[in-house]
Amino acid sequence: MDSSNLFLLMLALGAVAFYIGRGRSLAIATPLGGIRHLHSLPNYYGLNALLWCALPSLIILVLWLIFDEPVINGIVMGSLPADLAPLTTADYNLLLNKISNLADGIMSSKGQPASLIAVADSMAGLRVISQWVLTALCLILATIGLYWGWYKIAPDFRARQSVEKVMENLLLGCACLAIFTTVGIVFSVLFESIQFFRSVPFFDFVFGLDWSPQTAIREDQVGSSGSFGAVPLFVGTLLISAVAMFVAVPIGLMSAIYLAEYSGKTVRTYAKPALEVLAGVPTVVYGFFAALTVAPFLRDLGADFGLTISSESALAAGLVMGVMIIPFISSLADDVITAVPQSMRDGSLAMGATHSETVRRVVIPAALPGIVAGIMLAISRAIGETMIVVMAAGLAAKLTANPLESVTTVTVQIVTLLTGDQEFDSPKTLAAFALGLMLFTVTLLLNIFALHIVKKYREQYE
Amino acid sequence: MKEATAATKTAKDSKSSPKQNLEVDQAQVTVGNRFCENPKMSMRDVNVFYGDKQAIYDVSVDIAKNEVIAMIGPSGCGKSTFLRSLNRMNDTVDGCKVEGEVLLDGDNIYHKNLDVVELRARVGMVFQKPNPFPKSIFENIAYGPKIHGLADSRVDLDEIVEGSLKKAGLWEEVKERLHQPGTGLSGGQQQRLCIARAIAVSPEVILMDEPCSALDPIATARIEELIEELSQNFTIAIVTHSMQQAARVSNRTAYFHLGKLIEVNPTEQVFTMPEHQLTEAYITGRFG
Amino acid sequence: MSNSMDNLQKIKNSLKRRSRSETRFRLYGRVAIAIGLAAVLALFVDIVSKGHGAFKATYIQVDVHYDADLLGITSLADESQLMQANWDALTKSALRNKFSEVSGRRDKRQLYKLLSNGTGFDLKEHLVVNPLLLGETESKWLLADDDIDTYYKSWLDGEPYDARLSKKQVEWIDQLHQQGHIRLQLNTNLLTRGDSREPEQAGIYGAVMGSLLTLMLTLMLSFPIGVAAAIYLEEFASKNRFTDFIEVNINNLAAVPSIIFGLLGLAVFINFFHVPRSVPIVGGLVLTLMTLPTIIITSRAAIKSVPPSIREAALGMGASRYQVVLHHVLPLALPGMLTGAIIGMAQALGETAPLLMIGMVAFIVDIPQGFTDPATVLPVQIFLWADSPERAFIEKTSAAIMVLLSFLLIMNISAVWLRKRLERRW
Repeated sequence: MDSSNLFLLMLALGAVAFYIGRGRSLAIATPLGGIRHLHSLPNYYGLNALLWCALPSLIILVLWLIFDEPVINGIVMGSLPADLAPLTTADYNLLLNKISNLADGIMSSKGQPASLIAVADSMAGLRVISQWVLTALCLILATIGLYWGWYKIAPDFRARQSVEKVMENLLLGCACLAIFTTVGIVFSVLFESIQFFRSVPFFDFVFGLDWSPQTAIREDQVGSSGSFGAVPLFVGTLLISAVAMFVAVPIGLMSAIYLAEYSGKTVRTYAKPALEVLAGVPTVVYGFFAALTVAPFLRDLGADFGLTISSESALAAGLVMGVMIIPFISSLADDVITAVPQSMRDGSLAMGATHSETVRRVVIPAALPGIVAGIMLAISRAIGETMIVVMAAGLAAKLTANPLESVTTVTVQIVTLLTGDQEFDSPKTLAAFALGLMLFTVTLLLNIFALHIVKKYREQYE
Repeated sequence: MKEATAATKTAKDSKSSPKQNLEVDQAQVTVGNRFCENPKMSMRDVNVFYGDKQAIYDVSVDIAKNEVIAMIGPSGCGKSTFLRSLNRMNDTVDGCKVEGEVLLDGDNIYHKNLDVVELRARVGMVFQKPNPFPKSIFENIAYGPKIHGLADSRVDLDEIVEGSLKKAGLWEEVKERLHQPGTGLSGGQQQRLCIARAIAVSPEVILMDEPCSALDPIATARIEELIEELSQNFTIAIVTHSMQQAARVSNRTAYFHLGKLIEVNPTEQVFTMPEHQLTEAYITGRFG
Repeated sequence: MSNSMDNLQKIKNSLKRRSRSETRFRLYGRVAIAIGLAAVLALFVDIVSKGHGAFKATYIQVDVHYDADLLGITSLADESQLMQANWDALTKSALRNKFSEVSGRRDKRQLYKLLSNGTGFDLKEHLVVNPLLLGETESKWLLADDDIDTYYKSWLDGEPYDARLSKKQVEWIDQLHQQGHIRLQLNTNLLTRGDSREPEQAGIYGAVMGSLLTLMLTLMLSFPIGVAAAIYLEEFASKNRFTDFIEVNINNLAAVPSIIFGLLGLAVFINFFHVPRSVPIVGGLVLTLMTLPTIIITSRAAIKSVPPSIREAALGMGASRYQVVLHHVLPLALPGMLTGAIIGMAQALGETAPLLMIGMVAFIVDIPQGFTDPATVLPVQIFLWADSPERAFIEKTSAAIMVLLSFLLIMNISAVWLRKRLERRW
């Protein structure tokens, strides 16, 4: 039976189980003198039967769907006749695709070698068997579950507790998805990165000064080694982030101070959401703005002053990224500034300090940990920002600290290495995952540290 | 002379507003010795509003030089509000409006040409909860002299800090750890630190808003001692919720009730034979 | 006391300087806010000024003669004949008739370039719907080529951009303009078609559908899971190291760069589970993982804002914790959760980087009909167009951005409205 039909069948069986369970509990209760003699409400008996009936088979169904294909592929590829055995991983994938298409009947078997057709047939056969086994297994499990749920129904059976226990585990599972995601991220970047570091030594990657992955795909040609020195990327990323922070920190901080300390209610109610509009604009829009408006404007402006500004300058990308980060810094700073207790301000004002003296010498120092944490989160956002730099920064890895020149960043390289049709296992694509690993590690450390400070800071004033 | 005009003016004002008559009987006229000669501060017909709500009604009173005046009354009677209007700390509250005159050495502190910076340097304040800045003990004391530019050199500053801490009776306890955070001190020490911080700029008047309400009895006793010592050099106005404290530290006591100043008299008299029956009711514990 | 007087003098001396520095500080604040607001304004003015033109397109009026011989067909009923018919011949002959003086292959080729490549196809559709027109002549407004469109619009604005046109073409347009046979008309292609290599034919409908499908999947997955996780963490989890660990994970995921989620999707969904590339399913899954932290965090805040007294009242009646949650907490927290979901969806709608990783960046002409059809999404479409060399795509890109921003605006306004309307104050 088809998997989606099987899924629906299981749900239908579950519904049947619910009515059977509910009915039986009512039937048991009536001779005793009504449902108040049951431990739980009849619906809970029904739900209990439903869970017993549908849950195990659904779990099996999902697991089966996940592991079905890899297992069958493994069996098929393991039993390949010698004349078909692939040499490289790329060939392996190609062959697998071919067999799979043949088995599905998508590809016509005309003109294919007989041995290949045989393999494809065996794959098709395995798939049919797998589907039948799955159907049978699900049905058996559902029946046993249904019977068990029916059998357990008794006046003193604690159906509600039993249902709630299952529910709690389901909720827990949802909460754990966050952990699975993190683990998934770590494994996916780590696994590919390790493969990458097998061909390119770790230290060459982290401390190498030359980045030119393009040469790497021509394995049989001169310069096949390619160079994967990521320092120019790190420097480019830091350069653009520095420009961004140079814009965002003073503006974000001063607007937060003004809104929190000086502005009247009206200004605050209008200016604050207006600034936050900047946070809601998608990054691709900023990228477009940077590439088509800001960069040409800066280039022309530079030309007027006799400066050569690249049309993919770090300055343009950084400026626009800074604008994007302004509301981020201002709202975080606003939070921490308003969290500084009024008594601090009163203490300072009562000494005869002016408002700005109070802000600069008491409020800001008191809010400093929170502000620093906010800036760290902003930096983490800046180095992880992708679209603005993909659209407005360059592709050539140049090792420079001049913001008027074109630089490239870690995220730009990840995107360029992974878009387009590349073989998945070439060092070129693997390098993207190594860069991803670097990016993830750095942002993770920044985030953990910043969130820790923020938490400490909140506790201090609570 | 001045006293007499003010008194008649108050009487006239109260007559001209019969509405208040209906609200609190007799209470609109302050009884006792409100005025004194050569006052450090004098308040005339002070009304304070929070938005539409009036918190203080027609308060007129003098504070003499180097006296300790205590302000008592049930909670919500407006004594803290009144105190905060004496160095314009109410300016920081949105929608707060003060009417009437508050004179410091004869100058109205609400005059538009007056700079609150100068005013607050002359009229310092200590708050209910100790509020040391999150800086070192030294920096806490040095804050005032630094912002006002009172110290010409580092040596000057050290002297001011040491002197203030000594005056606040904290020097012996903290001299070894001047550069540790002020927030690390105990509650009573923190409050004395705040007092030291206030006197570091040599104010003429110190306002204290229930300075002991967050402290334990031993720390309270220490602060009360300090207030007595300070009264030799400073004029002090203290708001307190504890009648015993008022009796212990003050020369004169003012009783506030629902935003009105009911009675001002020498402390001994207020606690032994109050002139007004509301005062009597309060000190005998019938309400409050 | 003399010391005090001395101090007072010092303070008085410092007043001027300090009030100046106070004014300066205040000014910095104002300037910072002004810069921020100016940036908002510049961004929107730039986009709107670039993009508003794309909602109109240039059309040219020609007399189309639906000549069966020219087309090479005998019957409209035969699908294979329609497929093979020479539809472009119709527009070509119409143009030749209009400008009968044009001769020579080169000039003619330039003449044919006045109209969009796709007009022949438009005529086919028109004829299929109105079969009686076969053999007749009809005066019809046909879509002009993108270069003509760019030129005509810039010419109307008084700054003609003719770099991509020949002198002859400019003359023809002038001639058409004087005859009143060229005009701007509402550009229906923009909102009703999929992507195209020809700027004048390209539309965002395919991308909008792709976004819609992706977001539907994201919402269906992330809202229930996010709410369930929030309920668990707020109502059931005991405070221990494990729940702390979950919390740290959620907070971190909320700050992980979105491109990392793209790497996850590529490595796990595409390379491990062999989900096909470029389809809304992968996009939806990746965006689900990405928006989940946002939804969990806002849902938790909503649950937290339900006062404990309500829970205590229900527990005091003997309700189980699930009954408390289902009957009392959830209904009260729902508006807050929905607001969070809308904000999460707005975030997902604007997201581009992770979708590039999972191949939703392909050039796709067909409108996606289901979760497994290859699709792209609106922001990726914007990225693709912004990268295109044709000048006409700048206008299109800005227009697509305007559409995207208006979707986001609607979502955010409805979130604010929902919060104001439904949220209770305790």
